[in-house]
Amino acid sequence: MKICYYPGCTLKTKSQALDQTARLAALALGVEMEEIENWQCCGAVYPMARDEIATKLSAVRALDYAKHNGGRLLTLCSACHNVIKRTNEDMRSDGEICSRANNYLQLEESYRGETEVLHYLEMLKTVVGFDNIAQKVVKPLNRKVGAYYGCLLLRPSGVMAFDNPENPTIIEDFIRALGGTPVIYPFRNECCGAYVGLKNPDLPKKQSERILRSAKEKGAEEVITACPLCLYNLNEKGSGILPVKYFTELLAEALGVKS
Amino acid sequence: MQRIGVFICWCGSNIAATVDVERVADAVKKDQGVVYSATYQYMCSENGQQLIKNAIKEHSLTGIVVGSCSPRMHEATFRKTAEAAGLNSYMVEIANIREHCSWIHKDREEATEKAIILVRTAIAKVNLNAPLSAGESPVIKRALVIGGGIAGIQAALDIAEAGFEVDIVEKNATIGGRMAQIDKTFPTLDCSACILTPKMVDCAQNEKIDILSYSEVEEVKGFVGNFSVKIKRKARFVDEKKCTGCKLCMEKCPSKKGLDEFNMKLNKRPAIYIPFAQAIPNVAVIDPEQCIKLKTGKCGLCQKVCGAGAIDYTQKDEYIERGYGAIVVATGFKPIELNAFNEFGYSENQDVITSLELERIMNAAGPTNGVLLRPSDGEHPKVITFIQCVGSRDTSGCGKPYCSKICCMYTAKHAMLIREKYPDTEVHVFYIDVRTPGKNYDEFFRRAVEQYGVDYIKGMVGKVYNENGKLMVQGSNLIDNEQVLIESDLVVLAAAIEPEPSVRKIATLLTASIDTNNFLTESHAKLRPVESPTAGVYLAGVCQGPKDIPETVSQASACAAKVIGLLVKDKLKTNPCVASANETMCNGCSQCASVCPYGAITYVEKELRVDGKTELRRIASVNPAVCQGCGACTVTCPSGAMDLKGFSSKQIMSEVEEICKR
Repeated sequence: MKICYYPGCTLKTKSQALDQTARLAALALGVEMEEIENWQCCGAVYPMARDEIATKLSAVRALDYAKHNGGRLLTLCSACHNVIKRTNEDMRSDGEICSRANNYLQLEESYRGETEVLHYLEMLKTVVGFDNIAQKVVKPLNRKVGAYYGCLLLRPSGVMAFDNPENPTIIEDFIRALGGTPVIYPFRNECCGAYVGLKNPDLPKKQSERILRSAKEKGAEEVITACPLCLYNLNEKGSGILPVKYFTELLAEALGVKS
Repeated sequence: MQRIGVFICWCGSNIAATVDVERVADAVKKDQGVVYSATYQYMCSENGQQLIKNAIKEHSLTGIVVGSCSPRMHEATFRKTAEAAGLNSYMVEIANIREHCSWIHKDREEATEKAIILVRTAIAKVNLNAPLSAGESPVIKRALVIGGGIAGIQAALDIAEAGFEVDIVEKNATIGGRMAQIDKTFPTLDCSACILTPKMVDCAQNEKIDILSYSEVEEVKGFVGNFSVKIKRKARFVDEKKCTGCKLCMEKCPSKKGLDEFNMKLNKRPAIYIPFAQAIPNVAVIDPEQCIKLKTGKCGLCQKVCGAGAIDYTQKDEYIERGYGAIVVATGFKPIELNAFNEFGYSENQDVITSLELERIMNAAGPTNGVLLRPSDGEHPKVITFIQCVGSRDTSGCGKPYCSKICCMYTAKHAMLIREKYPDTEVHVFYIDVRTPGKNYDEFFRRAVEQYGVDYIKGMVGKVYNENGKLMVQGSNLIDNEQVLIESDLVVLAAAIEPEPSVRKIATLLTASIDTNNFLTESHAKLRPVESPTAGVYLAGVCQGPKDIPETVSQASACAAKVIGLLVKDKLKTNPCVASANETMCNGCSQCASVCPYGAITYVEKELRVDGKTELRRIASVNPAVCQGCGACTVTCPSGAMDLKGFSSKQIMSEVEEICKR
């Protein structure tokens, strides 16, 4: 099965591990991730200004491409997923943004939010199925893993419709499928400090240490995430309290396809 | 041929600013039947009404059309005006050119055009109107109160005081409702039970009041003045007349693992129990889910120890049927379920409790005998954090969009009582806004802050989590613009309130309308606040909207006044706009009877002469005293035999045709 895939800039530079392990694992699960042509930066941060339109256009281009190539767009980076999914919702429900974007892009056929945006985790759950993954595991994790969701996958919950923002379960189910033991800790959906570190370097440190300490106290041996920025903050500012990896690294490991 | 007068109201500038009233009056001047048309600033004023009366006499009018506000507002007014001038009141039609036109349009040209169409539609109908006269129906001089909380108790006492008989139907084993669970009441801090239980006793002792506890309304038939209600008396397995309330059975019952609903399930109770010490009736009830005898047939201990011989394991649900002239709905509220609010960890942490649970913990008759101890380990909490607006004013979809209205005051009350009784306790309150309007209310809240040193923090809580046995409350302090983390021993959530879920069934039985939040709808938000749009049904307490005890009591007394006003009448005028079947067209198919919500249609065998021959036919017959004129039968009848007086198919079609002319 082929599915349109939007990697995003970070996955081509600092976070190649996320991209590569995801592709290897997907292949092992029978999913071919077809990188879309001529993709551009998603905009990196969803623009909150009502009149901002230019930074939404590249997301619309990617969505429109996917509309004509299978109707689904697979994302992996939490930040890209957040921007693209929210922009898609704008195109679906906000007439003004939709008409302005379409006027600007002059597509052959107007884009109105028809594409289904699917995060890699959602793909694993709904397209492949965690039960099927469990059957393909060759090296069960056999360790305690803390899921770190961060903010961008979960919020705003109405639009993202990813999981219960206060009590998510999808990564825990994923860990179980890989033969690991998920560790529930209070800070798994807390912000890592994100870009605030540029202005206030102490904040990501305080947040990251708190997150990792909390996971460690509850017995986690490592923490996994889907977000390059979260991983950066946790690794660089988290004082090495726990190792932090991309969730796809554990997937590739369990499936025995890690290069 | 009718002689119709048209009267266009300006409603000050309400209509006249958007609709060219003169042009409307002018446009319809030469319409069929119209012999007079005029405008006036306020047609509902005495001068306006006089203008109508004069015109009726001077121009010998046989029908009138008033272009004005909604008929809900002034149809009755103008009908009276017409009657005073000797015209049958059903020869009056209202064209709603305010709510349906001037208020919702901006363009004067378009609004004027629409107003002309609406007035012409009414003229078309009046051309086909015929005088109707109302019949009479007797009033059953007995009221039903559904719900035995403070609202139901107050309404029943007031109705009984006026000399009428009242039945209170309460689904629980005792009356008293939520107020019985509350420890102290704001703003005076008097003991809730001390002011409630005397009223409960008054109910029990009043000869006019019959308390049907552990009972539910199953079926309602009839109409205002003449309701017939089927009531289920649930089997309590204890003879109400024999039980003396000695509680010996409670002591001896071996099955003691039931959750005490009255104490918000904070402690255990036996399978046979009296909900609380001052219960009315003071009679035990058996929980059939928990009773060993009822589940396995073995035990029977309570029957052996009961000196009064009151225990009867063979009791079955019983049904009684009674007639009532009026019904008061006072079904009350419950706090919302908090399972969806994972951020506060209510399900995971025993020491995260709701405010109603705190009421029981603070109450001398509660699970801790009134000593403030936290549920997990029975320790005295030193730091208590209150979180307001849990599920209130919540547009996320987890909670309720409305303000629950009572939480700001009861949270201030709790905070103060705790600081008063345990001055070594630190108390924090997270709030979005503090809303305490009302007599002596804001002063009450300020006392909490100024005299009792309660720490009010403006901001919401994002997370409550357990760290080494402490409840960590992470929230924002919007005034200091910082995140705060409070290490607490007990967290109290001011959960939103919602109507008691059984109200949905009651509303359906009564055909009383209900809003999206399950609150019963009043007839008019400002001017008829205690009447349901269904005649003869009145609303008291939280079933109509969030309110505190003083407001509930006021509303209950208002309901009682309305009920008394109804019950003192010997007869009520019936609505003459009822259905009737054209006997020669009816084929006796029964479809009308199956859609009639009031059971007004029966079938009779009748000899009819058709085409010169006499035939015995089965035809529909409408009881005009029961028919409410809803029209369901007229649209269902496949042969077009059913018609509604005052709203005949011909009249409706003439209106439709008039609208479709444009």
